[in-house]
Amino acid sequence: MSILVVVEQREGKLNRVSMETLTAAQALAAETGWPLEAAVVGSNVAAIASEVGGKKLAKVYAIENAKLEPYTPDAFAHALKQFVTTKNPKLVLMPHTYQVRDFIPKLATAMGRTAISDCIGYKKEGEKLVFTRQMFQGKLAADVSFTSEAPWFVTFQNGAFRGDKVEAGASAAPVETVNVDIPDGVIRNKPQEIFKEAKQAVDLTQADIIVSVGRGIKEQKNIELAQQLAEALGGELAASRPICDNGWLPMDRQIGSSGQTVAPKLYLALGISGAIQHIVGMKGARTIVAINKDSEAPIFEIADYAVVGNLFDIVPPLIEEVKKSKT
Amino acid sequence: MKILVCMKQVPQKDAPLKLNETGAWIREDVSYEVNEPDAYALEEALRQKEKHSGEVVVITSGPARASQVLREALAKGADRAIHLEDAAFVGLDALNTAKAFAAAIKDEKFDMIFTGLQSDDYGYAQTGVILAELLSWPHATIIMQIEKNDAGIRVKRELEAGYFQFVDMPLPAVLTIQSGINKLRYATLIGIKQAKNKPMRKVTLADLQSAIGTNLQKIERLYVPQKTKNTEVIEGPPAEVAKKLVEKLRNEARIL
Repeated sequence: MSILVVVEQREGKLNRVSMETLTAAQALAAETGWPLEAAVVGSNVAAIASEVGGKKLAKVYAIENAKLEPYTPDAFAHALKQFVTTKNPKLVLMPHTYQVRDFIPKLATAMGRTAISDCIGYKKEGEKLVFTRQMFQGKLAADVSFTSEAPWFVTFQNGAFRGDKVEAGASAAPVETVNVDIPDGVIRNKPQEIFKEAKQAVDLTQADIIVSVGRGIKEQKNIELAQQLAEALGGELAASRPICDNGWLPMDRQIGSSGQTVAPKLYLALGISGAIQHIVGMKGARTIVAINKDSEAPIFEIADYAVVGNLFDIVPPLIEEVKKSKT
Repeated sequence: MKILVCMKQVPQKDAPLKLNETGAWIREDVSYEVNEPDAYALEEALRQKEKHSGEVVVITSGPARASQVLREALAKGADRAIHLEDAAFVGLDALNTAKAFAAAIKDEKFDMIFTGLQSDDYGYAQTGVILAELLSWPHATIIMQIEKNDAGIRVKRELEAGYFQFVDMPLPAVLTIQSGINKLRYATLIGIKQAKNKPMRKVTLADLQSAIGTNLQKIERLYVPQKTKNTEVIEGPPAEVAKKLVEKLRNEARIL
């Protein structure tokens, strides 16, 4: 019985979100008494394995094969299936990154198992472990349990645990290299170089004040109203994904998992319902103001100040009040 | 190109949700709509067919109400539909849903299967990838572009934080489609008329029972998330709300 955390590396660098998963795993290890081990998957990942070995855990495995670089779901699922089958851990934990969600359903299915994905926490209820995940775009939460045999696969949402709370080890954990076999023909996809679409014109991470618009803005011409509020406040204009998908604002003004992650002093959300993908990009804001006509919108869960109402009624006088306060 | 599009009917975005008597699911007397990423998956399939000719087939699982999603897809230009019709399909986990789909299409030969990248209800983001594994097909997720070439296809994957990657892959393949990959079309009046004469194959739970196993995971309970923040609700007429809000931002949050 053990807990295995598969940390994420990309192009030789440890993805920091892995530390959040390690924090969760350390807490789970303390509660269950199961030893905690970690694994890094890739080619020449010994240095990353050593870095992870500095944390409080029993052992780190460097799962190596030249065919693991660049990442493909075929190679990763194949390598991890071999490794997990041999080690037979009780729990396999990973961060819910775009890379993990690309291969973990394949891995779990190939092993006749299941993954509870995108969890935000866990509870130990007697001998039973349940994992909490958001459903219906964050309107409800569900406690989900495994009804199958271990290994149990779980992914944790970005920001669900504090990466800076991960405990360092008293001494460095041993690192073992495991060379896995990946026969020719396993890998079917040929990935090309990773690239950025265009130079990001706006760096929203530097903005102190952000006025962000969502579907509630209804039409492109109404963006002007939000723009006026942003100008009055001396802030930047941003948006949730649907607004950028519609082309009402450029993609580089998008906040969320596929856009920018920001932590301004003030985040003013206009007509944003607060889907998980958006929340992960802005929940670090110091003060969050939400204006939305739907009183059950998940954005209100994380708002400091909530206004339930029509943004078209509230924003015009708000612009005037902000202007007044600045003179 | 013969393309299957997996679609799902989900509660409308602003539908008020209430728990049912089991406490593990919602009351189903709410308004439903098509899962948004699935609408983009359908649109992409129609565009691929327009470029390369072929056939677009749509599939869903769920009670009678779910056929609305298929009818809309047929009206937009899909050629035929498959409805796995039973309320019990709603409670299947991602693995069993994928198993049901795989069994329902076992006599078909598709070049590509599209799904939305995740559903707005469960949000597992797994069914498409699991389906690929069950069929032993390659897959790629969060797709923003698809180009056919001699060897197969070149797709553009969205990665985190504004990064992208092109991936070459052989066919047949499963792709999970990201919202915003294209611009959605509306159904035309002619399309809606024609849809009435397009074939819709019904498959029952009994037809697929042998292919489905027990769920490997279980929702123990569903609940309204506990608030972690102390939210102050500001009420009143708009002018008053604006005034109060600015005061709070100046005096409490000390931003203005």
